[in-house]
Amino acid sequence: MQTTSDEVLIERIAGGDRLAMQVLFARHHVKVYRFVLRLVRNESTAEDLISEVFLDVWRQAGRFEGRSAVSTWLIAIARFKALSALRGRKETELDEEFAQTIEDHSDDPEVSMQKKDTSEILRKCLGALSREHREIIDLVYYHEKSVEEVAQIVGIPENTVKTRMFYARKKLAEELKAAGIERGWP
Amino acid sequence: MTNTSGREDIEQMLPWFAAGTLGRKDAARVEKALASDRELARRFELVREELGETIRLNESLGAPSARAMAALLRKIDAESPAAGGQPVSVSLATRVSQFIAGLSPRTLAWSGAAAALAIVLQAGVITGVLLSDRGQGYRTVSVEQAAPAGEGSFALVRFSPAASAADITKLLEDSKATIVGGPSAGGIYRVKLAATALSREELARIVRQWQDNKAVGFAAPAQ
Repeated sequence: MQTTSDEVLIERIAGGDRLAMQVLFARHHVKVYRFVLRLVRNESTAEDLISEVFLDVWRQAGRFEGRSAVSTWLIAIARFKALSALRGRKETELDEEFAQTIEDHSDDPEVSMQKKDTSEILRKCLGALSREHREIIDLVYYHEKSVEEVAQIVGIPENTVKTRMFYARKKLAEELKAAGIERGWP
Repeated sequence: MTNTSGREDIEQMLPWFAAGTLGRKDAARVEKALASDRELARRFELVREELGETIRLNESLGAPSARAMAALLRKIDAESPAAGGQPVSVSLATRVSQFIAGLSPRTLAWSGAAAALAIVLQAGVITGVLLSDRGQGYRTVSVEQAAPAGEGSFALVRFSPAASAADITKLLEDSKATIVGGPSAGGIYRVKLAATALSREELARIVRQWQDNKAVGFAAPAQ
């Protein structure tokens, strides 16, 4: 199926084309929302932020130089907005809020295993990671960003991207072990 | 068997290899290592498991409500003309948000975007805004033309969910047709097929051609 590229849409948006804006929004808003939601952990805040993200696109489309994919640009704007919003609240507060939604896996691991299957525990553990680790795992696995793109979005060197991903996975393995799942790695 | 430092190097690339975002050269290195190193292959399965569950976790997060789009359009409307271009009428903002809200996610993802884009490509059927001579603001052409009455021959059309903007635009161009209204409930557009009132037979013939076009899911003559 042939579709107009994001870059063409951005050109049209720069010319004041609101329907091009709508098409771009329809194409990307769900993923941007999910990226923001995983960072701010509040649906209402995430919704507010995505309209801010696309408003920035509307304002700055004329300055987009195409040095990165449009989706990478969107995620970078979204990240900036989300982190700015988080500065207004202590992250520890947010983590405490979120912790209440996570099952306490200090129970007997065997009991836990009986209740939940491995994939569900894995998802719980993914949700329990630090913001930095959640972010990089989402960018690589869900948003399909290359090493270079993650470096652009997060603003760190490419080698740091690889080591951060490695440590995020290592932390995930530790969480899984604490939940009774031994994967034999690392 | 891969040596230890080589394996670490390769192992750090596994997440990108699994996601399909590794460059060709690195991907070839990883593939080669996986073929000869069973432990690395076992670890790659762990990466694939993480990849799958990360996708499932994110997909379970749902989607924002239509409120987000409405808020965006309100903010754009409130912007000065300098930022994005020309000002837009409130009616367009309302129509667009209703459009978004009225579509299922699947329809929204395909036919909605494609049809909207086709409208854009049709050089201003809906996006074209006319400056009122009396300086009372802007109005959309589509709103003006959406009334059922008027000179010409019309059809009601729903585009196929699989149709691309290019398909729709080509069909419109080949038929010298114009979208003059919609979408109404169910994603139906009002399309002007001819500037004059065609005979019933001629209109039916053109509509049949439209029905046979892969970009069209539904077409029927309209008053």
